[in-house]
Amino acid sequence: MHSFYNFVSGPLAWVAFILFFGGSIYRIVSMLKLVAEKERFIFSYMSWRYSLRSIIHWIIPFATVNWRRQPVLTVVTFAFHLCLLATPIFLLSHVVLWDEAFSISWWTLPDAVADIMTIIVILGAVYFLVRRVTQPEVKFVTSVSDFVILAIVAAPFITGFLAYHQWLSYPLVMCLHVLAGDIMLAAIPFTRLSHMLFSPFTRAYMGSEFGKVRHARDW
Amino acid sequence: MAEPSKKEENKVVDEGIDVGISRLTEEKIQSVINSVIDSETGARLKAYVETCIHCGLCSEACHYYLSHDNDPHYSPVGKVKQTIWEMVRKKGRVSPEFIRRAAIIAHTECNLCKRCAQYCPFGIDIAYLISVVRRIIHKLGVTPLYLQDTAHSHSVTMNQMWVKGDEWPDTLQWQEEEAQAEIPNLRIPLEKEGADVMYSVIAPEPKFQAQLIYQAAVIMHVAGVNWTMPASVGWDNSDMAMFSGDNELMGRLKRTHFETAARLKVKKIVMGECGHAFRSVYDMGNRWLGWSMPPFTIVHAIEFYHDLIKEGRIKIAKKYKPPITLHDPCNVVRGGGLHEKARYVAHAICEKVIEMHPNREHNYCCCAGGGVINTGPPFKMTRIKGNRVKAEQLFGAKTKGAEVLVAPCHNCHSGLHDIVHHYEIGLDIKFFGDIIYEVMEKPE
Amino acid sequence: MVDSRSWDWETGEKNVSLDSWKKEYRWVEEPYASPDGEKIAAIVNVDEGEFTVCVNGKVWGETVFDKIWHLRFSPDGRLTALVSEMGEWTMAVNGEAWENKFGYIWEPRFSIDGTAIAAAVQQDMRYGMVLNGKPWEQTFANMTYFALSPDGRHTAGAVQVEDVDSGEIHKFQKGSFTAALDGNPWDMRFVNVWNLAISTDGEHLAAEVRLNLYDYTIAVDGVPWESRYATVWEPLFNPVTGTVVAPVREKGTWALAENGKILWDRRFVQIWHQMFSPDGSRLAAIVAPKYGRWTVAVDGVPWPATFATLVTDATFSPDGRRIAALAKDGETFRVVVDGNPWTDAWDMAWKPVFSPDGKDVAAKVEKKGRYTYTVNNRVWSRSCDIAWDPVFSPDGTHLMLRTVEAGNYVRRIVPVSDIVG
Repeated sequence: MHSFYNFVSGPLAWVAFILFFGGSIYRIVSMLKLVAEKERFIFSYMSWRYSLRSIIHWIIPFATVNWRRQPVLTVVTFAFHLCLLATPIFLLSHVVLWDEAFSISWWTLPDAVADIMTIIVILGAVYFLVRRVTQPEVKFVTSVSDFVILAIVAAPFITGFLAYHQWLSYPLVMCLHVLAGDIMLAAIPFTRLSHMLFSPFTRAYMGSEFGKVRHARDW
Repeated sequence: MAEPSKKEENKVVDEGIDVGISRLTEEKIQSVINSVIDSETGARLKAYVETCIHCGLCSEACHYYLSHDNDPHYSPVGKVKQTIWEMVRKKGRVSPEFIRRAAIIAHTECNLCKRCAQYCPFGIDIAYLISVVRRIIHKLGVTPLYLQDTAHSHSVTMNQMWVKGDEWPDTLQWQEEEAQAEIPNLRIPLEKEGADVMYSVIAPEPKFQAQLIYQAAVIMHVAGVNWTMPASVGWDNSDMAMFSGDNELMGRLKRTHFETAARLKVKKIVMGECGHAFRSVYDMGNRWLGWSMPPFTIVHAIEFYHDLIKEGRIKIAKKYKPPITLHDPCNVVRGGGLHEKARYVAHAICEKVIEMHPNREHNYCCCAGGGVINTGPPFKMTRIKGNRVKAEQLFGAKTKGAEVLVAPCHNCHSGLHDIVHHYEIGLDIKFFGDIIYEVMEKPE
Repeated sequence: MVDSRSWDWETGEKNVSLDSWKKEYRWVEEPYASPDGEKIAAIVNVDEGEFTVCVNGKVWGETVFDKIWHLRFSPDGRLTALVSEMGEWTMAVNGEAWENKFGYIWEPRFSIDGTAIAAAVQQDMRYGMVLNGKPWEQTFANMTYFALSPDGRHTAGAVQVEDVDSGEIHKFQKGSFTAALDGNPWDMRFVNVWNLAISTDGEHLAAEVRLNLYDYTIAVDGVPWESRYATVWEPLFNPVTGTVVAPVREKGTWALAENGKILWDRRFVQIWHQMFSPDGSRLAAIVAPKYGRWTVAVDGVPWPATFATLVTDATFSPDGRRIAALAKDGETFRVVVDGNPWTDAWDMAWKPVFSPDGKDVAAKVEKKGRYTYTVNNRVWSRSCDIAWDPVFSPDGTHLMLRTVEAGNYVRRIVPVSDIVG
């Protein structure tokens, strides 16, 4: 168990981070190269002003018509994504690891808050799961991959939660937690979790087209 | 879910689709799909397919979805799933029956209105994805008959309605003569090089609605506009090739249009009350030709009337009495931001304007646009049933007292006419030009 | 070419008052000046449904027509218009209607020297061309594109030779169009035929053709090139060698092809309006070297200067060494000569005109409704209500400037040095 932990938190974590950062850069660069090769015209319509106008509207809860139409989903999705990003970065025990390994550290969340945020992520995942299974318009377009990526995202939080509360076998859960984290990091650039990378671009492009050419709001 | 009923609807007979399908082989399908995807698409298709998180949040943007009691087959993402996703996922290995269904979805169950782009958190351009499907359908030769026939008309005559070279100037001269009975020195100046404005229309105007040209001529005359109309090809700004996926023909039509304006040395192209033509001239056709923006300022009728009224070049003798409600055409509102100008015109010429909701950029499409009405009688009910929600919206405005529906777009006009008739809403439908002509000050 | 040596290049200024016309007629339409500048003419309305043409204050002939339109001077100075009498249409030249009458007549064309006048005609819903009053013997169900040979001896049209009702899409796709030279159609049928060109010797006809919905090429004398393209633009004959050159689109970019073989190494986002120098040795075209940027490419090499909105009206100097064009950025036009844009920007500009030796370039320009001329990047001191293209004297030392100022038509002979300084 110990050596497995060392493996997943050592070499495998390196691989995961390399895949995450390297993969993300690779995906974005190759997508931009593809634009340059085949849809160069897109660049002539990009506008910082309208890109930001669009992005800002869509990253503020209830700032768009559709966010207002879906209040529950809006609350859940914003809470989910915020906690999903913030918890692993500002979790004390993660920062400790960074400190031990590279002597770098930053502000951390109180554990109790991190715990609640973890629960929010897990409940968010459950909400998305239920929505996927029960809402006809979501169910209709759901494929196996949607469940897989949801599981990939939920797993580090579920295992983290279990580990923090020391339920089940701590060493095993801890190993699984690190493994799940590795998998999620590595999966981001190479699955539809890559919406994390591409959505700012697609949003910016649509915002630019609507702002600069169509003189209309895209929210 | 409406699985069985959908199968029923699929039985529509369309000679363009059916004959096209009968000539297909799986190999042909595969090679066409892959060649379109490989050589004509790029980062957009890839990013849109890979970024979509299958959340379904675009669903309620779509009037088909809402009108079919939230049947997911009609949600924007649902239509994408039934078409381009499968084509991409299976690397083109789909059956002729799949293509038949894809043709019907892409051509008759989506108006390319882009409302869903405003509802997708990622700004995925679903209308673009459906356009890619239409391109594939075109390359496979499965485009619906009536739409294909319109594209053929474009290819021969450079206009939408098989109007021949002589019929066009002849019609203008006939309208000029008619209008001279009302205003003796009125002219429709043909081929007047160096005029400020080239006025362009879509072919249904000379073909069936010549009074619209008459009215426009009166407005131009009274406002003292230095204008002209070409007597050659290039007068028609419509473009069904844009919707049939025949991009090469779209480019040819727009080149003809722009070069006619260049030949006549005009400064602006003013166009009649048409939405899709605006899209083709302002946004789509110019791009295919390599112009990031059109080489001439494009002024849609709404904006033109707005400017004329605001500058006092036409004066309103007596405002229009019956309460009106205003339909926002997608292509000039979501596609051109003309919603406030439309309201300025409406309030300037009418005593009472009753808003329908949702409105402005969030209007519901008329369900005729995007080439759907041009698929003709076989799919008439598809678009009428597919837009019950518009009927409800119109009922709402009617309940508040609206008697007249102003739709400043030809396709909207015709599509809404069918909806008003079918759902027995009882609204008169008019163009802005109809009302302006009626209420403006004219020389005695 | 029209010989301008016999024109009056001595008299500094000639005037024709236009004010009286307005009093005499119910309305006066836009005026046209003759190539030699001696005449000014306009369609005038005499009474309800009665039209004539007023030339230098006098009516052009005895006949009053029910309708007159498309008044133009031919390059050799004859005054032509499309006229209607008793519901029939024809062409009138200097007030005399052609003997043959038609259901309709439109799109008149002149040969370069002006001796030939052609137009499209419709009679009993059959279509053909008419040349100097003589219609084609064979007529067609439809005719869509027209051409007159440079020497004026031949006419051509894209004609429909197979009846197809609207809605018969599959029959249409088998091909119902072809091209006809002097009324004689090619044997081969095409889905579409567009933009015809007749060779300098008048013997050959080229056209854009669509073989099916997807394959385009150029056909010469009824024989399509072997190569197929995603689409093509207008063909052009080399005036000396007789080869045919056309822009062709492959894999989303444009190239120039000559007799079916790619000509220039470089591909462009757009290529059109290709033109040969008068001796046929140089080939230029309006191109977009990248998306949203326009310029002129000469023998495949684009000018370094590019423009955002439009490049148009490119023209070779008579010696073929220089090229002038108009470039639009935003809402304004400039004259560009050999890639160098001139200083002044205009609301509108007209096709630049070279002096016979190619040294000087002049163009009619307009700003805020006032017209003037720009020559070699200098601007004439006057502005006018109306102006026509400048004309260089045969020796290139003088310009004939035809304008309307304060209700007077003015024909001026101005030394080029007066403007250039």
